[in-house]
Amino acid sequence: MPRVATYTALTVLAAIYLLPIYVLIITGLKSFEEVNLYRMWDLPAAFSLETFARAWLGSESQGFRGLSNNFWNSVRLTVPATLLSALLGSINGYVLSKWKFRGADGLFMLLLFGMFIPYQSILIPLVQALRSIGLYGSIAGLIFAHVVYGIPITTLIFRNYYATVPGELVEAAKIDGAGIFGIYKSVMLPVSMPAFAVVMIWQFTSIWNDFLFGVIITPRPAVQPITVALNNLAGSYIVEWNVQMAGALLAALPTMLVYILLGRYFMRGLLAGSLKG
Amino acid sequence: MFRRIRVLTVLSLLLIGAIMQVGWAGVARTNKLEIFSWWTAGGEAEGLSGLFSAYKRQYPNVEIVNATVAGGAGTNAKAVLATRLTGGDPPDSFQVHAGLEIEKYAPDRFLESIDSLYRSEGWERALPRGVLTLLQFKGHYYSVPVNIHRANVLWYSKKVFADNNLQPPKTFAEFFQVAETLKAKGIAPFVMGDKEGWEAGHVFEVVLIGVLGADGYRGLWTGKTAWTSPRVTEALNTFKRMLTYTNTDHAALTWDGAGQYLIDGKGAMQIMGDWQDGWFQSKKFADYGWAPPPGTTGIFDALSDSFALPRRAKNRENALNWLKIAGSKAGQEAFNPKKGSICARTDCNQSLFNAYLQSAAKDWQKDALVPSVMHGAATIESWATKYKDIIALFVTSGDVARTQTALQAACKDAKVCM
Amino acid sequence: MHDTVPTQVRTVQITRLARNGRWKMPTGDRLISLLLLAPSVVAIAVFVYGFIGFTGFASLTRWDSLVPDFSFVGMHNYVVLFSTTRFQIDLRNTVTFTVLFLVCCLSIGLSLALMLDRGIRGEGVFRSIFLFPLALSFIVTGVVWRWLLNPGSVQLGSTGINLLFDLLGLGFLKTGWYTDPRIGIKAVVIAATWQMSGYVMAMYLAGLRGIPEELREAAIVDGATGFQVYRHVILPLLHPITLGAIIILGHISLKIFDLVVAMTGPGPGFSSDVPAFFMFDTTFRGDNFSQGAGIAVIILIMVAVLIVPYLLYSLRAEAQP
Repeated sequence: MPRVATYTALTVLAAIYLLPIYVLIITGLKSFEEVNLYRMWDLPAAFSLETFARAWLGSESQGFRGLSNNFWNSVRLTVPATLLSALLGSINGYVLSKWKFRGADGLFMLLLFGMFIPYQSILIPLVQALRSIGLYGSIAGLIFAHVVYGIPITTLIFRNYYATVPGELVEAAKIDGAGIFGIYKSVMLPVSMPAFAVVMIWQFTSIWNDFLFGVIITPRPAVQPITVALNNLAGSYIVEWNVQMAGALLAALPTMLVYILLGRYFMRGLLAGSLKG
Repeated sequence: MFRRIRVLTVLSLLLIGAIMQVGWAGVARTNKLEIFSWWTAGGEAEGLSGLFSAYKRQYPNVEIVNATVAGGAGTNAKAVLATRLTGGDPPDSFQVHAGLEIEKYAPDRFLESIDSLYRSEGWERALPRGVLTLLQFKGHYYSVPVNIHRANVLWYSKKVFADNNLQPPKTFAEFFQVAETLKAKGIAPFVMGDKEGWEAGHVFEVVLIGVLGADGYRGLWTGKTAWTSPRVTEALNTFKRMLTYTNTDHAALTWDGAGQYLIDGKGAMQIMGDWQDGWFQSKKFADYGWAPPPGTTGIFDALSDSFALPRRAKNRENALNWLKIAGSKAGQEAFNPKKGSICARTDCNQSLFNAYLQSAAKDWQKDALVPSVMHGAATIESWATKYKDIIALFVTSGDVARTQTALQAACKDAKVCM
Repeated sequence: MHDTVPTQVRTVQITRLARNGRWKMPTGDRLISLLLLAPSVVAIAVFVYGFIGFTGFASLTRWDSLVPDFSFVGMHNYVVLFSTTRFQIDLRNTVTFTVLFLVCCLSIGLSLALMLDRGIRGEGVFRSIFLFPLALSFIVTGVVWRWLLNPGSVQLGSTGINLLFDLLGLGFLKTGWYTDPRIGIKAVVIAATWQMSGYVMAMYLAGLRGIPEELREAAIVDGATGFQVYRHVILPLLHPITLGAIIILGHISLKIFDLVVAMTGPGPGFSSDVPAFFMFDTTFRGDNFSQGAGIAVIILIMVAVLIVPYLLYSLRAEAQP
């Protein structure tokens, strides 16, 4: 296929892929008077941040809450959950790759299955369990759920990564008298930064973008993460469509930034999650 | 080495900051009152505000938390409420339809009966019989009604009708004549916005009343009228024919999105409850008329919003005061004119209400009353939901026989039909 | 001086095991390693397997109100489900969605990867653009595409993609998208493909880059044309990637929920309803927990049919060095 044709095809496709982002951005930048569903594709006449402000702050007169509170809820959820699940994954990956026992691989597969289950199949007992330990309806409960269900993917990434660390290094450390923690500190940790980066980027994105746990575990609007708040905003028929679009952009901002700035690790994460071994 | 320390410091600060925030969230409460509802749109929100003001006048030191959950015409809110009730974290009071809908919340488990309040506030004298019967569940009162809404209203654009020399149809035959005339002119004769899934059920309920009459319709929910009867078939066929005259994008619009057609003069008629009146007002639109939908002259399809008291409400004192205000003359007069409904009480000052509401209040006194099914009065929630889904499916399938069988099965599931 | 105790301890451990061949309580570091793993194992045992068991049990009961009722009703809920019109439509939608989604993502992803593999300028930019939607939440995607595929109306005018078609003179392509019950879930496929095809592209690109140049050169030396090189050398080598993509995309499509919630809801005549949405609706709005549990079990079985063979295959592949 001639190169010109390839370039043309790619450019056209890229333009198509960017259409939604284009609409998101120009809609958010239009002033309220200018916004019109039937002139959706027109560029804004003048740049105005009015719509974003309304999506962020809410509107007393129109009767809807802004996304600012929920944005911070998402931060409060995602940061601790990401850190904790990365730590847990690292330890698990370390043990499963460097301290293997009989049946370790089978156990790993059992663990891995947890990554694929439809969360619908555990929602009802999850709610009951969280209620009984008093974490239901709170961000702490959400953190707990995300850390637990993040175990499979984080363990996978770390295990596969640590498997590439030569066994000789571990043996050498053992001969030098290091115990299990010593080996972790002196052999694994120094080389773990790329894996941590990948896992944290991936978990940050997954947890920030989650909706199902958010809507089930934190039903109260004040505590909800931003994905749930955005959906409520968008589902409420009194909210203008341009506010919904501006809200969507606001909700997407953090993960978009992560992707743009740390795309390398993002890609590694998504590839690590799918290519085994 | 220093980079790593810096990174670690930043991370730990973030972690600490985040956890601290989580911790502070559960700090001691001040004097609060959390009211839970799904009143987020135009007139409804204003009406609720009015009720808040009435409360604040009497109890200025209480901070009112307006906990609304939008979307799904209340289904989202009901879901949140159910989980909060069973999770031991109930709001202080919540909106619930008067009628069998309250069965969903297992009143004997999760709600407090307010019989004593009814006695002390004299509500059994101030409220009409029709509402009192709706409010009793297993012999007790669990909620106090603030309003009465009428579900069977035919709203029409005065301009469109005047331009075409038409009169609001009183029978279905007239309805189809009007519709034909308008369709030829490129105007959507009958608009609907059933994106949320319940408007179809709402319109069909009105059609059922129109075809079966008050007694026939009531009998559907008590087992006296068979769902397999030929009159129900007739109602389904009538509804099917009505659907051929609706706007093509009805599946993408909510009820108020459809109402926009009337405001723009591009649509003629809409069958919707009288909260549409409140919505028209909030949109500053006045050129609308109203009439009883075909076949339902003299029949009032009623529903009522009320407030209930959960057990273990954190601010029980404040909640009880709230209920008192909601059931009081001052409270209802503050709420209803803006909401677009009439008082549940019989002693409200009628001059506060607009033309439509005054006429509705008069109808309420003399019309035959039937309970709305789509809005929680006629049946338990699970049956109402099945009915809603069956009719939503009918809108696209048009399969009369199958729909009728499904409706009969739903009645059996609710253990009303044999 | 080096501490040789650990080595001695380990030797003693090994000899102990060797002596009577039975399992002996691990000590020292071995014990600690298991203890470190234990919380995760327990967590997964309870929160995955235990919960799945509970859900399965709940699906066999008559729990349909806020107050739990665990009386046993056998397969009743499943019988009701399979005879419920809405669920039948859901299953049909799932099949339609999965097939279309897989076909579109794989073909678009592969095409993009093949085009990008040719060492063109600006490859990084193109790659970023196509991969970018993956960073978004399904909710964000749903909100955006709901407005893009909103058809507008005859009276008020076209909007979204339909408006774009009009502006480009392609008005004949306009349809009702998700408001048309004949299209329904297929509109959701468009949004989902936009989101996930970049992922397939990335996987194929990684795979293509992994194919040694010598193989291609050898084929050309043997007289193969460019097209034949692709067909007989490169594409077969990509089979494992195709398999991996089918697994990942497949299990996402079977449990698709967020996108439907944000974009279309159940749709007219339930034309964009999916089992996961029905489960949410009936459980948390309708309080019919046992029916919801039944749907959840059915979704799980669908996913397990896809995943378990793959996991077993991976396990065996790993066992071989």
